Amino acid sequence: MIDDISSARDAALAALSLAATVDALDAVVGEHLGKRGPLSSLKARLGSLPTVDEKKAMGQVLNEAMQSVAAAADERRALLAAVERRARLDGERMDLTEYRRPARRGHAHLVTEAWERLEDVFVGLGFKVAEGPEIETDWYNFEALNMPPSHPARSMWDTLFVDHGPAGSTVLRTHTSPVQARVMTTQEPPIYVVAPGRVFRNETADATHMPVFHQIEGLVVDRGISFADLAGTIEAFTRAFFGPGFTSRLRPSFFPFTEPSAEFDIRRPDGSWLELGGCGMVHPNVLASCGIDPEEWSGFAFGFGIDRMAKEYHGVDDLREMYSNDIRFIEQF
Amino acid sequence: MNILLSWLNTFAPFGDATDDNVERVSAALNSLGLAVESVQRIGAPVPGVVTARVLRTERHPDAERVHRVFVDAGDGSERHVWCGAFNMSPGDIIPLATLGTVMPDGRDIQKRKILGIASEGMLCSATELGISDDHSGILILPPGTALGQPIMEALGIEADALFELDLTRNRPDCWGHLGVARDLAAWFDVPFTVPSADLGVLGAERSAPVTIVDGDRCGRFVSVVLSGVQVGPSAAWMQRRLSLAGMRPISNVVDVSNYVMLEVNQPNHAYDLETLGGGAFRIRKARDGEKMFTLDGVERTFAPRDLLICDGNDVPIGVAGIMGGRDSEISDSTSSVALELAWFEPEGIGQSVPHLGLRSEASARFERGVDPYGIDLALSRFVELLRETCPNLVVHAGIADATAESLPPARRTARVRPARVNAVLALDLKADEIATLLEPIGFHGTLAHDGTLEVLLPSWRPDSTSEIDVIEEIARHYGYDRIPKSVRKSPEGGGLTPAQKRRRRVREVLLGLGANEAMPDVFLSPGDMERAGLHGHVVTVANPLVAEQSVLRGSLIPGLLKSIAYNESHRATGLALFEVGHRYLPDDGVLPFEAEQLCVTLAGREAPAAVEVWEELRSALGWNSTSLVASPLPGVPGLHPTRHSLVALDDGTVVGSLGEIDPGVLDAYGVSERVAVLDVDLGALLAIEPTPVQFKAFSRYPTSDVDLAFVISEEIPAEHLAEALRIAGGPSLVRLELFDVYRGPGVPAGARSLAYRLRLQASDRTLTDVDVAAIRQRCIDACAHLGAALR
Repeated sequence: MIDDISSARDAALAALSLAATVDALDAVVGEHLGKRGPLSSLKARLGSLPTVDEKKAMGQVLNEAMQSVAAAADERRALLAAVERRARLDGERMDLTEYRRPARRGHAHLVTEAWERLEDVFVGLGFKVAEGPEIETDWYNFEALNMPPSHPARSMWDTLFVDHGPAGSTVLRTHTSPVQARVMTTQEPPIYVVAPGRVFRNETADATHMPVFHQIEGLVVDRGISFADLAGTIEAFTRAFFGPGFTSRLRPSFFPFTEPSAEFDIRRPDGSWLELGGCGMVHPNVLASCGIDPEEWSGFAFGFGIDRMAKEYHGVDDLREMYSNDIRFIEQF
Repeated sequence: MNILLSWLNTFAPFGDATDDNVERVSAALNSLGLAVESVQRIGAPVPGVVTARVLRTERHPDAERVHRVFVDAGDGSERHVWCGAFNMSPGDIIPLATLGTVMPDGRDIQKRKILGIASEGMLCSATELGISDDHSGILILPPGTALGQPIMEALGIEADALFELDLTRNRPDCWGHLGVARDLAAWFDVPFTVPSADLGVLGAERSAPVTIVDGDRCGRFVSVVLSGVQVGPSAAWMQRRLSLAGMRPISNVVDVSNYVMLEVNQPNHAYDLETLGGGAFRIRKARDGEKMFTLDGVERTFAPRDLLICDGNDVPIGVAGIMGGRDSEISDSTSSVALELAWFEPEGIGQSVPHLGLRSEASARFERGVDPYGIDLALSRFVELLRETCPNLVVHAGIADATAESLPPARRTARVRPARVNAVLALDLKADEIATLLEPIGFHGTLAHDGTLEVLLPSWRPDSTSEIDVIEEIARHYGYDRIPKSVRKSPEGGGLTPAQKRRRRVREVLLGLGANEAMPDVFLSPGDMERAGLHGHVVTVANPLVAEQSVLRGSLIPGLLKSIAYNESHRATGLALFEVGHRYLPDDGVLPFEAEQLCVTLAGREAPAAVEVWEELRSALGWNSTSLVASPLPGVPGLHPTRHSLVALDDGTVVGSLGEIDPGVLDAYGVSERVAVLDVDLGALLAIEPTPVQFKAFSRYPTSDVDLAFVISEEIPAEHLAEALRIAGGPSLVRLELFDVYRGPGVPAGARSLAYRLRLQASDRTLTDVDVAAIRQRCIDACAHLGAALR
């Protein structure tokens, strides 16, 4: 009987090794280990053995034979499954570089991008963001800013007037400074705001000037604000916005709404200078005209162009390009 | 304003025009707020270039364009130089650049061979030496010039530097060299000498009397009679300085007049006393329509805002503070002059100039404000300088000095509190330190009993009137760079408002959807709004640059359509653009109407694309309290009449529209693609505070799907049917999806089939077939009320 077991086992193992697919393997297993298979039928013959010991011993031999066949089948199945999976995956091959397409996302305007970067830096420095109308009254644009009617300093700006109310009473704001006056007339100090926005000048467009462009204005009004706070804030902004290698300097200048007034320049790491904007201590007359007691409160203000920052940042040589709305320009950034 | 270093040096020792020193002065000017636009070096020495005499010249048979010149540079040896210019003869004195010289243009003079014969230097033209534009040949010096001298010395050219200053409006005093020198001398702490105002011995009394008629416009008018004048050329040094400063030398009288103006910032005018009608001056406003020829030969017509200088017979002879008259000019034969030195009220000049369209060196100064008390110094300088070329000059006694009410007071003061100075500047200066800083620039401070300073304000600083003005002077002369830096933090901290954050989110969503941000011009041409179908009043610019920019946009649509058309003309189609910007419309209020608008235009797309964009925004921003409502007739102007809808808030307020641009408008703008559009009042939408969405537990029980297709008239919006289904479905309807829209055979004309999939689910049990059937019937019944038939 032991020979019969051995030959049945060997036959099963040989058949297993010939099975080329998982399905064929399953058929072979059914055939050899199934209830009517040769090994199972040998089990029936155990009962005809004479002694218990012989039954036990032969039963063990048979079990071992069946287990070795089952183990061989599992091994073969794993191998065949791996081969088949591999073949299937090979058939699914894709060249992903065929699927490269231009990004579908839209492109933000360079000015908005610079505007938001500036806002973020000032928010980080503790400022809130204020807004105001683009069409302004003469009072907010000039008079509240220490420029009474027919003040000669008004000629510092080429003003565009709007047909509304008495002639000359309504302007397209020439700077974002009227937002200062709007904030001071509606809020109690302490005030820490920046006001980015669109401004207008009666100027012909060229590579470095646009009749419509954007500025950001800063205003701080608090107790005991000094010129040192102005210089320090400009310096902190410079480092935060441009990077650690950049520094700033203030040079005396003149604006009707600040005194002392200054121009501020940025020193690049290579030692060259970028003239950025104007700043100064808020003139006591401006505080007073906005209902703030200049003896109790003091403040500083600063302002500069956003468009120029975007132009510098992206190496645009002509400001007019930024307003062409040409998709060949827009999609570059 | 052009400022010469050599001129500054006549008031204080600022040093020579060496590279280092010019750089030092330039940096100081910038630190003082006298911004240096450019620095021009003049007559800088060129070491190695010396005078030499031409001994002989020789042609070489094989050299056509050059010849051989033999020169003696004073050391007795003969040097040979090849030269391409032929304008010299034996005996001429010429500049020789010896070997090793570096020319102003950077050229290095080396031994160079032509035809095997070496050249031992180069002969120079005036251009090559950087002293003039004359490059017609080698510079030839006067005979008798010593040999071997450095060339600039031989020419008598002093090295100089010209600073072009961009002056701010508060510094009229720096329109003269004296003012700049005063500031600089204080900065460098060097002695500053103001020339004497002493006129010396006066001649016999001879007056040109002055009557100021309109004292509100003329505060002071001095007239002085000078005789013994001989008109001729002015001294070479004066001509040179004037030329460098940008003024053409004319004659000694005119040159002295200009020189005094550039030095002490006092414009002045000399009249020929012989031709001065009535021998006197009257200063009065012009009569309407009064005419006169000005110096530039143009006949001007005046109005009462213009101030005139008239002669004793009331005949106009000059426009006060702006320009003299043609017929009162001095001539070559003039021997006696009446010299005018005056102070005119700045605002009046400032208003007259643009109306007359006439600007001059004088008007630029008067409208900024000259020193009303600097006239005496100007007069003495005029006399002293003219005497150089007119040794017989007599200043006559009887000087007329008329003043009027507009003359600023001689004594103006400001009270300055040291505590305030230190608070503004974050310094710790004592009163006497402040006074010491101020004294050199003419602000004289006296300590009062209460510890404050009474500061006498200089008459040449009309802008300076109050304590803060003086604080600025202290800061300038202390040095902005020396003031410490500190940072104050807002007690509240920074941040964007919720609406500002939502505006950024709107942009992000649109960018994510592939829309590009455009920034079209806010100015439109007249007719642009109408071409977009938008009729009605617009806001206009009173003084536009060009007519094409005279209208302020009442809508963002025209600008975006122009951008689409522009790109289409460059073969870029299918553009998705958006803009966030203001629009403006006339209003009766203090200001015109102005609102922030969002406009999205999708070229090459039909109306549903706009709905998709809107739904993305609505979902991302939490604008749940909005809905699309049918646009009542006649519809939104400029939009496709049968392809648009309104966007409304729950309370019915319409905040915008979406759909497609009217094909007629597209034609008018030259756009050939369809354009889907979303145009909403962003301000109103950003004001919506979304309420936080509340979590709803989802059911663990199974769902059942029911599909229902209805045939319904085109007149009924799909949204109405959906709403009816939602109500009929009740809480068990957990999802509703319109999955098919069909028009065609089987569906009557004027109607369409709308197929919905309803997902039903109860929160507390499994729905039975009976439950589902009941809900289905309720839905069918509800839709039947709207006229929808189950298909």
